[in-house]
Amino acid sequence: MRKILFSILLAMALPFQAVAQSLDAGVVVGNEAAISIAVVPMPYQGSATPPAHVVDDIIRNDLNRSGQFRALDTARITEKPVRSADVRFAEWKALKQDFLVVGRILDAGEGNFNIQYELMDVAKQQILLALSVPARASSVRRPAHQIADQIYEKITGVRGAFDTRIAYVTASGLGQGIEYRLMVADSDGFNPQTLVRSREPLLSPAWSPDGRRIAYVSFQKGSSAVYIVELATGVGATDPVSSARGINGAPAFSPDGSKLALTLSKSGNPEIYVMDIASRSLRQITTHYGIDTEAVWTPDGQNLLFTSDRGGKPQIYQVSAQGGDAKRVSFSGEYNARATVSFDGKKIAMAQGSGNVYRIAVLDRSFGGNGRWQVLSPGNLDESPSFAPNASMILYATKEGRRGVLYAVSSDGRVRQRLVLSEGDVREPAWSPYR
Amino acid sequence: MNKTLKFAMLLTACVALAACNKKVKETETDTSANTGNSQNQGGDQGSAIAEQGAFTPADLDSNSCLMQRVIYFDYDQDLLKPEYQAIVACHAKYLRDRPGAQMRLEGHADERGTREYNMALGERRANGVNSAFTANAADSSRIDVVSSGEERPVCLDSAESCWSQNRRVVISYSVK
Repeated sequence: MRKILFSILLAMALPFQAVAQSLDAGVVVGNEAAISIAVVPMPYQGSATPPAHVVDDIIRNDLNRSGQFRALDTARITEKPVRSADVRFAEWKALKQDFLVVGRILDAGEGNFNIQYELMDVAKQQILLALSVPARASSVRRPAHQIADQIYEKITGVRGAFDTRIAYVTASGLGQGIEYRLMVADSDGFNPQTLVRSREPLLSPAWSPDGRRIAYVSFQKGSSAVYIVELATGVGATDPVSSARGINGAPAFSPDGSKLALTLSKSGNPEIYVMDIASRSLRQITTHYGIDTEAVWTPDGQNLLFTSDRGGKPQIYQVSAQGGDAKRVSFSGEYNARATVSFDGKKIAMAQGSGNVYRIAVLDRSFGGNGRWQVLSPGNLDESPSFAPNASMILYATKEGRRGVLYAVSSDGRVRQRLVLSEGDVREPAWSPYR
Repeated sequence: MNKTLKFAMLLTACVALAACNKKVKETETDTSANTGNSQNQGGDQGSAIAEQGAFTPADLDSNSCLMQRVIYFDYDQDLLKPEYQAIVACHAKYLRDRPGAQMRLEGHADERGTREYNMALGERRANGVNSAFTANAADSSRIDVVSSGEERPVCLDSAESCWSQNRRVVISYSVK
């Protein structure tokens, strides 16, 4: 069994900073706007085998990664209450904490657990949440992410996205020995599972809206073809849904899951098509001698955003999902490609290039006009942005030396976290929908 | 004296022979140099090739022009540079000489920019080379165009020294 270790480093990221400063895991510096929260260690108070992972660590790391929270370093936590009744609020006020989480882990029989926790507002001395979350003996990670989601939503009013997954592609080995894998892991990079393996390149994974299938591109038949694989069974990895002459690429599920936008060059030139998945019938959306590719759906399912170089350099355009005239969306930067759209349709993240430098840029369209831009990553070869389902974070790929690595960046650009595989290189991240 | 003359004649003969041998070799080298790097004489080269006999599969491994199978491109460009006309011309002649031959043109891009856009760019480059074959009277129905985008680099460093090697179209024969 191949074990994949993730080395985690939290980097405080000024959006335009050229070199990321690596800091100790769990520490976020410089984000003064972040909400302070103390998550007190949650002891196991049962009599069976204790959980294999530290629940409070998982919660702290999740909250820190969002960029919206700054979890108190455990070294500074001296009082360790496990119930609200034991909390002295003066202590947490002195530590300048806005919120406090206490809890403990109890046996639930057959090796399973109950995680009992309470979330408190320190200033108001008020209990905001008091919940018991069941956990199977095999995994406390998922319930820990669910607790982080509950805390995140209670405080911010926005649904949390920690209990989600990410898909990505790894390449390991060299030359004839190279192996590509389509992987699925938890949103923090733990629990990686191989979904597809191939001796030929894999790319462009895209989740179905129900999170049960992933569409992707494989070269296993010599040239590119699009596949839809079912996560639970692995069915679909041998039989392409599209293997037309030329390019078969850039699949994207429609929000209702019934259609797949994709790029085909069977006409002699790459164009956007929409496939009805059940019947596999195709409708051609774009017709232009330029390159049209990388279509994604707007959340209402009415439009597609795609990359086109019809104006000379690649830029993002929008077209009705029924076809028709396309209009340009990106008016800043010489190279904009591979859009990802936030759940509310307001923000579009993309790879923005200038010469040899490629960064992740976000266009906020809620201001009207040509929108407002923010650059979220330092470069140099940043690509493949993918929004979390609540748009609080963006996952993207970059290169460090010869190796591809993934980063999660908060949507304000303040906090970045690197997820590094112990071997091989990683690319093409795609954030799952809510579970 | 007689002996000296004899020796001198022998020497001259040897030198001449050597020179002749050398000349033959140089001509061969020159041909290869011209075919590979001929700058502005693509047309002349084409007619020069046409005057030769018909190519055979063995020529793929011995003919200095046919042995060249990689065409390189500038960044984000699909324009076939003039120095590669000669390579296209001799492979086009091979296709004309060998009616059963099947060619594959595999387009590639460097790592900069997004993977799917680079897939399209690789195909555009391969299509550009395909058009050049058509212009050289090659039967395009026997040419298979594929793109590998940036997925199959030959050089892995993030620098122009590698990028320039990865921006390429590779000519291969599925049937010789």
